[in-house]
Amino acid sequence: MLQPPRRARRPFPWHIVVFLAPAVLIYTAVMIYPILASLWLSLQTQVEGGAERFAGLANYRRLLGSELYAQPLWNAVRNNLVFFAIHMLVQNPVGLLLAVLLSFRLRGAALYRTLLFTPTVLSVVIIGFAWKLILNPAWGVQRGLLEPLGLQALDQPWLGLPGSALPTLSLISVWQNIGIPMLLFLAALVRIPDELYEAARLDGAGGWRIFRSIQLPLILPTVGIVSVLTFVGNFNAFDLIYSVQGALAGPNFASDILGTLFYRTFFGYQLQSGDEYMGAAVAGVMLGIILTGLLLYLAAVQRRLTEVEL
Amino acid sequence: MTLGEARPAPVREKPVVGRGTQVFAHLGLILFSLLATLPTGLIIMNSFKDRISIFARPFALPTPTTFTLEGYQTVATSANFALFFLNSLLVTLGSLALILLCSSMAAFALSEYRFRLNTLTGLYLSLGIMVPIRLGTVGILNLMVDLHLVNTLWALILVYTAQGIPLAVFVLTSFMRGVPRDLKEAARIDGAGEYRIYGLILPLIRPALGAVTAISMIPIWNDLWFPLILAPGEKTKTVVLGASAFLGQFVNDYNAVLAALTLAIVPVVVLYVIFSRQLVSGITGGALK
Repeated sequence: MLQPPRRARRPFPWHIVVFLAPAVLIYTAVMIYPILASLWLSLQTQVEGGAERFAGLANYRRLLGSELYAQPLWNAVRNNLVFFAIHMLVQNPVGLLLAVLLSFRLRGAALYRTLLFTPTVLSVVIIGFAWKLILNPAWGVQRGLLEPLGLQALDQPWLGLPGSALPTLSLISVWQNIGIPMLLFLAALVRIPDELYEAARLDGAGGWRIFRSIQLPLILPTVGIVSVLTFVGNFNAFDLIYSVQGALAGPNFASDILGTLFYRTFFGYQLQSGDEYMGAAVAGVMLGIILTGLLLYLAAVQRRLTEVEL
Repeated sequence: MTLGEARPAPVREKPVVGRGTQVFAHLGLILFSLLATLPTGLIIMNSFKDRISIFARPFALPTPTTFTLEGYQTVATSANFALFFLNSLLVTLGSLALILLCSSMAAFALSEYRFRLNTLTGLYLSLGIMVPIRLGTVGILNLMVDLHLVNTLWALILVYTAQGIPLAVFVLTSFMRGVPRDLKEAARIDGAGEYRIYGLILPLIRPALGAVTAISMIPIWNDLWFPLILAPGEKTKTVVLGASAFLGQFVNDYNAVLAALTLAIVPVVVLYVIFSRQLVSGITGGALK
């Protein structure tokens, strides 16, 4: 038999397809396709008789323009911004502080880290209910803590007042999730080379000076990542508000955010029945907000990177 | 920087700050650790007390006279917690197995072979790290209705697998790139096929697989949204959904509520303490690449 002079085309690399297929197929079928289908659905409407019809942006116009939908939507967007702001102002700075304290390589740092991360592994349903009990005026926990400190004035039904429900829920969420920024910051901090600390020690720098001049500048990229993760997580939040205040996000929608609004629009509640087209439109708005945030972040990072190159 | 370099040195280093700062740092950390653990501790402790002392002295430890398991009896008789636990366990283990299998295969292809769509496939898969799967809920529900998977555990397993794949592929690809080429070439010279080489690589990236398991596990076990929407039936309820329904129903029976909360808290905390190292390396390794 004649040897072919040169090997012809290589055979098609079927093994690459086999390796990639399961992940790509499941991911496409259960995540990408439903998101696209949902966006497509938000452009449809149901005409009498049950048939679907392409409606263009009519659902979005209704969502942003009609009184029934626009008022709750803007209320949810506003509340969501407050929810996000509280996380950015409390969770991330305190998480950073804890990471810096852990990075000092004290005795027992691993134990502190484990304890501080514990709330993060618990289900939001459990956390929400536990805090609901603790803040419940009927169970004297709040009073028992505040009275010895002379702070009786702070003994209020925090979750029941329209003015304080949202900040209280935000702080519960901060309490639970603070471990994540803490770990991310810590991971960046442990990569700082020892020589820098050596030099600081020789110069007699204290904790604050080490933080200002060495740690903070070196972990700035992580600050960006943590902000983006907080943004995406917050504008997609649902579980805590739902488990503490129910689908109506009371009192009087004071704690309604986009996630709870999405749930109510899609599934309905009390007298209003659910509407999958409008639900899909709310999801479309949420996707728009999240993508806008991501693009702004990427644009900022891109600019920073080119500046560094120059 | 490769992951190998990033591992902390095994020897204990000296603290980087002076004595005075150390004392303040300890005080701050103790304060925050108490703040992080006391609310949970309070719930667990009071679940073993009788109703009068739950209210009268919430901060007192249970004593022989105030100790009771009444709440646990209510939970045991009125909720299918054993079934809910089994459901959560099946969903979590099933999703984790699929995530690890699919993602490690994809990561192997992405890290090992040069082909035209390599970068594009990697980018396509990593979209899902940032875009929440929840935004596709309407589409997912319609899909599951079409597939007749509503109120089955399969619906949840598929959703969590899709949700977990992006980050897992991302983390595993970077680890697989770190496996020395010589090893794979030596195996090829010995006549090993590509599937055999994949099998040889897996044990080498065990720490990465552990890390992916730990970070994927928690959001799956704790999720409320998808069980509520895709599998709310009594037979398919997960622990979280079951607990949420139970808590709503027994809202005034403090013994029962505290016992249910404790039952839901303790297993996760135990798991967390066991997997704590992998979890930390998973979060920190994945996020910084």
